[in-house]
Amino acid sequence: MTKYKENIMKAVFFTAACTSVLAVALICLFLFINGVPAMAKIGVFDFLMGTSWKPNNIPAVYGIFPMILGSLYITAGAVVIGVPIGVLTAVFMTFYCPKWLYRIFKPAINLLAGIPSVVYGFFGLVIIVPFIRDCFGGTGSSMLTASILLGIMILPTIISVSEAALRAVPASFYEGGLALGASHERTIFYLMLPAAKSGIMTSIVLGTGRAIGETMAVIMVAGNQARMPDGLLKGVRTLTANIIIEMGYAAQLHREALIATAVVLFVFILIINLLLSLLKRRAD
Amino acid sequence: MQYVNKALKERLKSYRKRPVSLLLFLPVMISAAITMGILLLLTGYIIVKGIPNIKPDLFSWEYSTANVSLMPALINTVLMIAISLLISVPVGALSAVYLVEYAKSNSRLVRIIRITAETLSGIPSIVYGLFGMLFFVTTLGWGMSLLAGACTLSIMILPLIMRTAEEALKAVPASYREGSYGLGAGKLRTIFKIVLPSAMPGIIAGIILAIGRIVGESAALIYTAGTVAKIPEGKDFLLDSTRTLSVHMYALSSEGLYLNQAYATAVILLLTVLAINSLSAYLAKRLTKS
Repeated sequence: MTKYKENIMKAVFFTAACTSVLAVALICLFLFINGVPAMAKIGVFDFLMGTSWKPNNIPAVYGIFPMILGSLYITAGAVVIGVPIGVLTAVFMTFYCPKWLYRIFKPAINLLAGIPSVVYGFFGLVIIVPFIRDCFGGTGSSMLTASILLGIMILPTIISVSEAALRAVPASFYEGGLALGASHERTIFYLMLPAAKSGIMTSIVLGTGRAIGETMAVIMVAGNQARMPDGLLKGVRTLTANIIIEMGYAAQLHREALIATAVVLFVFILIINLLLSLLKRRAD
Repeated sequence: MQYVNKALKERLKSYRKRPVSLLLFLPVMISAAITMGILLLLTGYIIVKGIPNIKPDLFSWEYSTANVSLMPALINTVLMIAISLLISVPVGALSAVYLVEYAKSNSRLVRIIRITAETLSGIPSIVYGLFGMLFFVTTLGWGMSLLAGACTLSIMILPLIMRTAEEALKAVPASYREGSYGLGAGKLRTIFKIVLPSAMPGIIAGIILAIGRIVGESAALIYTAGTVAKIPEGKDFLLDSTRTLSVHMYALSSEGLYLNQAYATAVILLLTVLAINSLSAYLAKRLTKS
């Protein structure tokens, strides 16, 4: 009887463990079944490389190249802004921060990590957008605004992962550097940072993943015009924004084209995940 | 390891002879100041603008365009959290039990489960939202509903629950299990009476993190739970469309008519996050102590 019960429960545990596999399979299945036929109908090349998105035209044109570029540009901008500030803040927290300050800094970073993206978006809307409008002209809702906001949003990811990487470097490296006569700063920048390289790379890739998948905050500040990006101060639309803005009223091929947009986004994320596991393997 | 920390004055003095070090030191300080400055600006601005807008009207039971009450959204958020956790926590905890107590750590299945869990945690919320819409809302025919939203979210938080539960289970000393076996308990009894209770604080810490994610989620909910600002009622309440606090906040700020109420909602969201963070920090502290 006990043996019987043990076996049943083992099966229950096993089923639970398979749920995540099932979930990923279902997500792939549903996205691809609904998205890929649309891609084939529109033509893979026309869909991915088409430079105009006009679902209301007759005949409708579905080219998501502007959105792909929009997502890539904004993500690149976020990385350019967020990574230096994030990594250097991690250096500060590991090597400079006195204990009393650390007790404020660490929860502060956790708070940044926990703030919902709508609140970030709202912050962007009421602070960054007017700021950009006053400084550089234009409407304020632009690629630059979205990059700045996303740069801020990926900060906590970059800071906490980089900090963990820096703390994992053996202290003997640091002592060795000092013993050779290098200053505190030189030791950090020439010894500790290179030693923590793979962890810092991981933080950057994680930040990129977060930036490319971000939706609500971007919608609120990027302007969302579905056209080829032409300049830092012009509005752009990202893949994520395209989905959420038009899904509410889309039907038939238009709807399927939006799901195909999600497939493209999903492929980007899979590439990023692959990069992550490669980095992890190298670290081991 | 605590790295040498000279007093600031002494440090600045030492830079006179070492200009390169100063050049490296300055960006570090500036970056730290920027990070802190952003946080202060964000929270300060929202709190200063939001607190005066928190009025009793905001908490009236029914939503109307006159009072723009956030009460229904608040209650929906709690319901959403409860249902998502009800689905996700048992599944996540039991699968962690399988990974730690039953599976051989290098078997192919374990590797696959790990890879899929990692994939799940990297998927952006909008993709979850779309999947939820295609699967729960359309294919299963639930419509935009509390249940569809909660199911979508429970998949989203599953990897988080799994990972934290796994770590908590791994941290239970092997001697506990041996002691239990030694007293004649079977594997199942050991798991439920010894291992899971000792891992409970770690599992709860994971649950709190998951609550944080649910509270902040909006993109995954707009097309699964919908945006109706009403408390679900009646026997079919699970199939009613609902809006959570984050979705409410998005609706308010994108309509642009209720900026003041949006500020107030932002304050409530910030306070929730703060409470969740302090709770998990407190738990983490207690965990490392014991």
